[in-house]
Amino acid sequence: MTKDECKKLVLDIIADIAPDEDLSDVKPDVKLRDQLELDSMDFLDIVMELRKQHSIEVPEADYQELASLDSCAEYLTPKFNALV
Amino acid sequence: MALSRIVITGVGLTAPNGNSLSEYRANLLAGKAGIEFIDVRYMGRVPAGVCNYDPLRYQKKKEVRIGTRAGSISVYCANEAVKDCSIDWESIDKDRVGIYVGTTEHGNVETENEIYNISKFDYDTKFWSHHHNPRTVANNPAGEVSLNMKITGPAYTLGAACAAGNVGVIQATQMLRLGEVDFAIAGGVSESIHTFGIFAGFKSQGALAMHEDPMKASRPFDAKRNGIVVSEGGCLYALERLEDAVARGAKIYGEIAGYHINSDASDYVLPNPARQTECMEKALNNATMAGQDIQIVNTHATATPQGDVQECEAIAKVFADCPNTYINNTKSFIGHSMGAAGSLELAGNLSAFEDGIVHATINVEDLDPKCDLPNLVVNEPHTIKQVDAVLNNSFGMLGINSALIVKRYDA
Repeated sequence: MTKDECKKLVLDIIADIAPDEDLSDVKPDVKLRDQLELDSMDFLDIVMELRKQHSIEVPEADYQELASLDSCAEYLTPKFNALV
Repeated sequence: MALSRIVITGVGLTAPNGNSLSEYRANLLAGKAGIEFIDVRYMGRVPAGVCNYDPLRYQKKKEVRIGTRAGSISVYCANEAVKDCSIDWESIDKDRVGIYVGTTEHGNVETENEIYNISKFDYDTKFWSHHHNPRTVANNPAGEVSLNMKITGPAYTLGAACAAGNVGVIQATQMLRLGEVDFAIAGGVSESIHTFGIFAGFKSQGALAMHEDPMKASRPFDAKRNGIVVSEGGCLYALERLEDAVARGAKIYGEIAGYHINSDASDYVLPNPARQTECMEKALNNATMAGQDIQIVNTHATATPQGDVQECEAIAKVFADCPNTYINNTKSFIGHSMGAAGSLELAGNLSAFEDGIVHATINVEDLDPKCDLPNLVVNEPHTIKQVDAVLNNSFGMLGINSALIVKRYDA
């Protein structure tokens, strides 16, 4: 999996979690919470969907790694690649 | 001390046969039921009352996703009621608005869904949703209204089994009279068709309706009735003190004339006609009315073989000498909307103050002689000269009874 593919996958999850949001212009280097209406419960939903859909575990200590699309890709891409 | 007079100034509802008072009333007068077959998890095909209101009229998609069906129904009904009452919503003090939502049960739907969800993951509870607790707290439906409409006054539910719709309105009446709030949104809601447990429980009890034509499945007083059709729905009213409503020139649908709530203290599920009789009599006393003052008695009858007969016995006693009192039933159209039943069924009769028509009880092909009450309005609506007062019965499990009387308001 490439980092771009990882970002796309995270955006797909966010599309379900925040269905009212326009995701066409999400800036990868800006915190998701600064550009979308996402709260702490929504981030728990992202963690849950990674677990359910992809068997990826994100420990609570690492939640800050999901702050932006770029940081998501940095953190999650190796985890995805370790699955296969 | 004279109690404040409390009036209904707005109606918001969703029923299996209508998403507004006018649509609902038109279908009740036209004899149009709203029951269909649905597939229920583990149960298969059962008749049920399903609402088709548009949740996105008042909620964002995310609110619908995170919230509950009961919350969504409540939000729809509350917004509709406020819109209908034409109050200047932006300028009123939201600290002085109370939300009182009756529910038969809450949390079954959400708990069953989560158990089903983790069953796909070998029952590993790490897949259990963090939304479970806010979805299942008993105040959820009222709380979702508070969040959606930014109401900062008291918002809570009243668990009163299938008497809950009446109890919500009674609670609002009491809080307005106490001066705790200045404006109330109150009634009842139900999401019960989304829990298999309700259907399975009634089936195990021998009280779940079945008929090859779902529109004929809910048939109170008919000799071939065989149980309850479970429905979802909601009806919340805008309620105010009379002087406030008059001061702003509000349309007044009716005035709360009296009420009573009591308990059978005799059985978990079987009704008790003696206590039902007392409940209606005490509601009449509370309203300083006699049976002759009531033109419509809307029955609770759910189409169980025993329950219908027992309510008829109770009504026959209270209205023994009342040739101008007519009896009807709304569940024959919409099924049993559980926590919403009291308020939805009252709404089905509110318009009678304007049109003088008693809607019928439908699906009576062979009237049970034990239910053959004088003036039971069967299959076709009946027009009378004037409707001055409606007594609305709603009873529930664990022996809770409620009777609410609403009377015509003439300025």
